[in-house]
Amino acid sequence: MGRYVIRRLLQMIPVFIGSTFLIFFMVYALGDPVAALFGDRAPDPATAAQIRNELHLNDPLWKQYLLYMKNIFSGDFGTAFNGQSVTSLMGSAFPVTIRLTIVAIIFEIIIGITLGVITGMRRGKPVDTGVLLLTLIVISVPTFVTGYVLQYLFGVQLKWTAPSVSPEAPFNELILPGLVLALVSLAYVTRLTRTSIAENTRADYLRTAVAKGLPRRRIIIRHLLRNSLIPVVTFIGTDVGFLMGGAIVTERIFNIHGVGFQLYQGILRNNAPTVVGFVTILVLVFLLANLLVDLLYAVLDPRIRYA
Amino acid sequence: MPENTDAAILDGVPPTTQDGTALPQDTRDKARSLWTDAWYDLRRNPVFYISSLVILFLVFISIWPGAIAHTDPLQCDLINSQNGPSGGHWFGFDQQGCDVYSRTVHGARNSVEVGLLSTVGVALLGSVLGGLAGYFGGWLDAILSRVSDIFFGIPILLGGVVFLSAFKGGSVSIVSTFIILLGWPQLARIARGAVITAKEQDYVLAAKALGAGHGRLLLRHIAPNALAPVIVWSTIALGTFISLEATLSFLGVGLKPPAVSWGIDISSASEQIRNAPHMLLFPAGALSITVLAFILLGDAVRDALDPKLR
Repeated sequence: MGRYVIRRLLQMIPVFIGSTFLIFFMVYALGDPVAALFGDRAPDPATAAQIRNELHLNDPLWKQYLLYMKNIFSGDFGTAFNGQSVTSLMGSAFPVTIRLTIVAIIFEIIIGITLGVITGMRRGKPVDTGVLLLTLIVISVPTFVTGYVLQYLFGVQLKWTAPSVSPEAPFNELILPGLVLALVSLAYVTRLTRTSIAENTRADYLRTAVAKGLPRRRIIIRHLLRNSLIPVVTFIGTDVGFLMGGAIVTERIFNIHGVGFQLYQGILRNNAPTVVGFVTILVLVFLLANLLVDLLYAVLDPRIRYA
Repeated sequence: MPENTDAAILDGVPPTTQDGTALPQDTRDKARSLWTDAWYDLRRNPVFYISSLVILFLVFISIWPGAIAHTDPLQCDLINSQNGPSGGHWFGFDQQGCDVYSRTVHGARNSVEVGLLSTVGVALLGSVLGGLAGYFGGWLDAILSRVSDIFFGIPILLGGVVFLSAFKGGSVSIVSTFIILLGWPQLARIARGAVITAKEQDYVLAAKALGAGHGRLLLRHIAPNALAPVIVWSTIALGTFISLEATLSFLGVGLKPPAVSWGIDISSASEQIRNAPHMLLFPAGALSITVLAFILLGDAVRDALDPKLR
């Protein structure tokens, strides 16, 4: 197990370097960070040249990248457009987005898996067809449409929750945004669980369990669910990264000051350190989540052992 | 749907007489290929007809929007701002006083173009690279797997916002290029897996023993048998790419006005949802129906090509 973890961590290094360099390249080579500092005014050439020198923008790109990585590993992510350090922006933004992601994942697990189990065990029945149709509709309607519609419905018409979230973003205000963020993945979790359950209900070990006369509850939870959840766990694990990235839309709809919001501001103002810094952390989260999923396999399925 | 499974499996089994011996060759249908079999299944699936009709209609109005929308989507009169649906203008007017019906019809073209261009690009790039990696293995496979890992490390929406914000004034070609750039690794993985399965088959070995070269093996023997998952994935992806384009336009980095796009219209309508919900309803409905049609078609094709997956 230990050796497997080390090998996986080593394999992550080239992927991490590649992904961050790609983002770095997009921001620094395709955009112009100096012009962005001046907004709509044209910068004075001498000043611009001096700033370019100070920011090492005249060096070759790989040199800039190395310098940037060196700074990151000493905890210096640079300065955002408003003069705040990027690290302090992260300090306020990440807890909010992590709370939002947790709410979304809880929705995925509770609603998605429950619906998946119900439909998987009643294949072809009206419940099954109805839920399947519903998941297709949820997948087809883009998040930004469902977001606005649900916000209008629950926030404005019914007044069940506040239509926008306060800067502190406590858990209770994040329930609706979390549901909106989760919806599409929730539909996928339902479909995945359904397929997996339906496949395993025909398995030999399940017939054995029934033949032994085990109580139904125990068959479903210990035998059926444990075997069927493996692909679902993979999906939810890799989804963590997508949820944190996808929060850019949800956070904009509900005015949540999280990672997506800061990232969007950074992009609008062409502030390279904010964008590259946040994306670097998100890539890291994504890679670690994938590793965690692989390790969870061994816990869920004793047949898988890592040497 | 599940009751069709048995029929499809039975179709693959040659009919036998009572005592279990196979009937002589000429008394049963000519052996059906996977594709004739799939087509046979599809023709009996109402979902296939409904989704195809919707898609054909979409393609029709994107080629010739003037056929059903007689007003110019860019000819707007502020006096009509936010006016609701009426007899002459079924979908009402938007914030700028443009006819929502006309904008919704004309918006189809951009969505369909982005969807088609990026799907064709992703399918070509992904299946060629993934197919070659799966067939030859070795260092090519190792490099390709690492490269696709790198692209996988970047969530597509994040990458889209970063990449497209660097280009002022997004166009159909720029948005499609980006989707191809970040979308191909997923298809490459699917194609790679399919090719690896296909190349282990006996008929490939037989062709090799008969002296077939790499080109012939790949094109004549492996490609036709590895194509099914690629087609299924591409159909569904077309819908999600259209949705992605709308999301990017909504965020202000995809297509830009004066381009007519459902994403742009939804974005501007969302600010006025409390006063004039009809402005959001129609473009959002058109977008959702389009995406749904492609997903349903993909589902139907998958059911026909691979009854096991149901």
